[in-house]
Amino acid sequence: MTTPLLSLQGLTKAYPGVVANDQVSFDIGEGEVHALLGENGAGKSTLVKMIYGLVKPDSGIMQLRGQPFAPPEPRAARADGIAMVFQHFSLFDALNVAENIALGMENPPSMGDLASRIRDVSETYGLPLDPYRTVGDLSAGERQRVEIIRCLLQDPKLLIMDEPTSVLTPQEVDILFETLNKLRSEGTSILYISHKLEEIRTLCDHATILRLGKNVGECIPAETSARDMAEMMVGATLQTPERAGREFGEVALDVSGLSVPSPSEFGTALKNVHLTVRKGEVLGIGGVAGNGQDELLGVLSGEIQTPADAIRFNGQPIGKLGPTARRRLGVLTAPEERLGHAAAPDMSLVENALLTGSVREGLESNGFLKWADTRSFAEKIISAFDVRTPGPENAARSLSGGNLQKFVIGREVLQNPDVLVVNQPTWGVDAAAAASIRQAILDLAAKGSAVICISQDLDELMEISDSFAALNEGRLSAPRPTTGLTVDEIGLMMGGAHGMEVAHV
Amino acid sequence: MIVLEKRPQPSKAWSYATPLVAVLATMVFGGILFAILGKNPIEAIGTIFWEPLFGEFAFYYRPQLLVKGAPLVLIAIGLSLGFRAGIWNIGAEGQYIMGAIFGAGAGLAFYPLEAWYIFPVMVIAGAFGGWLWAIIPAFLKVRFGTNEILVSLMLVYVAEQMLASVSLGLLKNPEGFGFPGSRNLQQYDSAHNAELIAGSGMHWGVVTALIAVIFAYVLLNRHMLGFHIRLTGEAPRAAKFAGVNPARLILFCLGLSGALAGLAGMFEVSGPSGVVSIDFNVGYGFTAIIVAFLGRLHPVGILLAGGLMALTYIGGEIAQSQLGLPAAAIQVFQGMLLFFLLAFDLLTNYRIRAAHSEVA
Amino acid sequence: MDLGEINPILLVASLMVAATPLLLAAIGELVVEKAGVLNLGVEGMMIVGAISGFAISVETGSPWLGFIAAAVGGAVLSLLFVLLTQVALANQVASGLALTLFGLGFSALMGQSYVGVKPPSMGDIHIPVISDIPVIGPILFQHDPILYVGIALTAAVWATLKYTRIGLILRAVGENHDAAHALGYKVIKIRIMAILFGGACAGLGGAYISLIRVPQWTEGMTAGVGWIALALVVFASWKPWRALLGAYLFGGITVLQLNLQAAGVAIPVEYLAMSPYIITILVLVILSADKSSAPAALGRTFHASH
Repeated sequence: MTTPLLSLQGLTKAYPGVVANDQVSFDIGEGEVHALLGENGAGKSTLVKMIYGLVKPDSGIMQLRGQPFAPPEPRAARADGIAMVFQHFSLFDALNVAENIALGMENPPSMGDLASRIRDVSETYGLPLDPYRTVGDLSAGERQRVEIIRCLLQDPKLLIMDEPTSVLTPQEVDILFETLNKLRSEGTSILYISHKLEEIRTLCDHATILRLGKNVGECIPAETSARDMAEMMVGATLQTPERAGREFGEVALDVSGLSVPSPSEFGTALKNVHLTVRKGEVLGIGGVAGNGQDELLGVLSGEIQTPADAIRFNGQPIGKLGPTARRRLGVLTAPEERLGHAAAPDMSLVENALLTGSVREGLESNGFLKWADTRSFAEKIISAFDVRTPGPENAARSLSGGNLQKFVIGREVLQNPDVLVVNQPTWGVDAAAAASIRQAILDLAAKGSAVICISQDLDELMEISDSFAALNEGRLSAPRPTTGLTVDEIGLMMGGAHGMEVAHV
Repeated sequence: MIVLEKRPQPSKAWSYATPLVAVLATMVFGGILFAILGKNPIEAIGTIFWEPLFGEFAFYYRPQLLVKGAPLVLIAIGLSLGFRAGIWNIGAEGQYIMGAIFGAGAGLAFYPLEAWYIFPVMVIAGAFGGWLWAIIPAFLKVRFGTNEILVSLMLVYVAEQMLASVSLGLLKNPEGFGFPGSRNLQQYDSAHNAELIAGSGMHWGVVTALIAVIFAYVLLNRHMLGFHIRLTGEAPRAAKFAGVNPARLILFCLGLSGALAGLAGMFEVSGPSGVVSIDFNVGYGFTAIIVAFLGRLHPVGILLAGGLMALTYIGGEIAQSQLGLPAAAIQVFQGMLLFFLLAFDLLTNYRIRAAHSEVA
Repeated sequence: MDLGEINPILLVASLMVAATPLLLAAIGELVVEKAGVLNLGVEGMMIVGAISGFAISVETGSPWLGFIAAAVGGAVLSLLFVLLTQVALANQVASGLALTLFGLGFSALMGQSYVGVKPPSMGDIHIPVISDIPVIGPILFQHDPILYVGIALTAAVWATLKYTRIGLILRAVGENHDAAHALGYKVIKIRIMAILFGGACAGLGGAYISLIRVPQWTEGMTAGVGWIALALVVFASWKPWRALLGAYLFGGITVLQLNLQAAGVAIPVEYLAMSPYIITILVLVILSADKSSAPAALGRTFHASH
């Protein structure tokens, strides 16, 4: 038997209160695309951080081509031929592409040489990129290309990719897979981290499945059904949300001809957005991150003001109203970023319940706060949405991502909104919590509320939404009924492959 | 190897303990400093902390605690509201000066008329002067996004020049034989902020400071506006999401802190000081920053911290006259206190542990 | 009043002298802020530099040793800021204020025996021929060496930030410390170096006031120059050459108002004396519309959690 490229034996890493990796062992062969499959919180990230030298294992050993391998820092891992494309890109918005790439290299050539090498590599692998563009102005797909080219310039033996397709349109995914296949044919090994089963079945030679920090199985993805892999990953049969046939009422929210600049420097302006949601309808809005999702939520929540007529609620213009006034009317929202936007990290759950609940739940009178009522509202959210916490006095930041998300969604749902807008409701949330959040959204719609769900998870949108539209560079496609939509059509609504035009010049 | 580990939530115990630990550490290092200066450290620390309270002349010093503590508490309460919301007014010294100029100016405009309404008019004028000086950085921040730290501080220097100007010109005592400085308000009954109980040190400024403490406590704990102030400081984006209007909050916090600093200046000039003069301001506006942090930006904490800081002022003066300890040594001592407080604050949010012992 | 007494050549020459402390402090703070740290303790570090430099040059008789001591003094004080913000992860605004309050007290304590003492003079350089060119000579080539150090430092900081790897890394750390950490750069170490550099520069600037510009020691003699230097960094949009331009502009205003005071213009002295501060505010207002060039991680605390 040949020596594997990288062999992990009994890797264990514990953090206070949680064992992130418990005796994990597996091998990655030369020229193999190896999938690491698992839910959020299964310990995938910790594992790759150990390989990349960002985290030191408590016990266990790693071998690279039979030699002991224990990188004290990323620099050492890179020197040994390990390269990594992060899930949250480690890029610098204000610097240009070449500067960003130089930062990821040990001995970068002069900027001029580097720029021409970037052009070479980007042509060879079909990843067009202008070395002198400022990274903050690039689309998510282009930003990922920066990371990939940064890795490729180092001729890596092992390329680690952490959830690479979560920011890509279906067309961009195809391009990425071509690149990865080309790399494999050249003998590069790839460790591919994902929870998307179909992708893994298409691309990977071998898969290791992690659950709660333990290696719970290995398989050949092409020979294993997605369902079997899912059950290994989750450890139980999953419940898919139920959805009764629905009747839609009148139009609850009507956005027409809405254009606003982004409040942040590298944000995306909304351009001539039209949409309507009827009572009882779930409108899914897809699109790659950074195409105006945050801005759309801000506009609907009232954080960004617009011309009064641009947004109408039951016919009444509300574009000039702030968040509090809109809540009073019944337009509620839940932003993507849980810590710092939807909730204040260092404040208790009671205080966080007050954050959006004060008007509709009557938690204040003449500006004076009713703490007892607020506390019962927080307790109601905790029990109704099964939020795991010792009690409502605990700080928001002490909750796990999934539990805090349940709290945030629960806080809005329990206020009986007429319109609810959620952005990335299940991002970074474990499967069980995600299922219960989706069910809550569907139940709300069944009771007659209009729901807008902004998400980058297409599977989620197909599962819960009645109609679908996509955001692309701040423009919203015309909504279409979800039933009967094909992946190709969705991809085109999302804008196809961003930035590919550079390839033709 | 020692590592820091973020606590899942802030430690209540440490948030109460850090000020005490900081005071102790300051005593130790302050003692070392005094020893280097050739003074007996035990004696010096004793003089500063014991003498004013329980020494032979405590009957004289105790009222002084109120006199020195009141402006510190009054200013610090105002500052703490802004600091909590991430709005940094560090120009309280200037607002204090302007409060004094406006307050004294309003009073002297009536001279020599004696009437009951003169003092209330002065109170309003003093608050207005401080408010005006603080609303400048607030307005510039809201309208142009100008940094309020730099503007409020620049205005301190401008206020000091204003003070020099009026002491030599507009408010100069016409019967002062050409010496700079205004008429003495202590000798103008209608404008005099006299002791409410003779010999107690209790004047209207002390009463106002106590009211401000109660007001701030209720605001922060029982009122939506206070909740919004705290929310803005903890998570500005969440505050906007909750419906806070940042511009209004900036105008409110800076305006209120300016008005309170102005009141402090007005009560000082019409009471303990009596005269508008070039050296009227003694740095209360800056020391109040220490008081605000030492009190953990909490109204009750600020009350205690104001008392402690007043103690170091008075004790410092005693140590200066009895032991020849330089005045600047007390300033260093107060600066140290802020250092230790900020350093030990780490323990509220982080745990310190050895890197290898926690391995499960 | 006699405006004719103001000599334009001397005015421009003294403008450069007045600008130098500001420039030194601002260049140091610019590097600190480029690394993503906001140190509001510039005033404190300057005044400590002023007394350290003054004391050492009086004791040793050497202004050069004095300037070295000033740089060390400023850096040592900035080390306290390092302990607070990089080790104890304290709020940078509060820590900077603490540094200034402490520095003012500490310098007053150290300087007690130096009030009224005259420091040794550094002397101006004199290059034959060049320094004797009329007009240009006295304006540009008859200054003390530290003034040229300030200009050289500006050029060096500009070139380092723009062309070198360490400059690139420094900018990266100030832009996104989490990404820099993920790439394996030592965020804290780089920031500590930047803060110490800033402290040393502020110290030099302070000593320039006490040893050359004034030259004598009085308590609180920096009189807000450190704060104006902070404003200057904003004015300069974090670009070294614009900091130089800004420093000369402020230097010019300071010198002009002093000259007007001396010439007995009919404006009261106090109003002239407050003019640099008011102009600083005006400049801040005009320039604060454009925040785009500010380092993105400015003022944010970094803690590597995992």
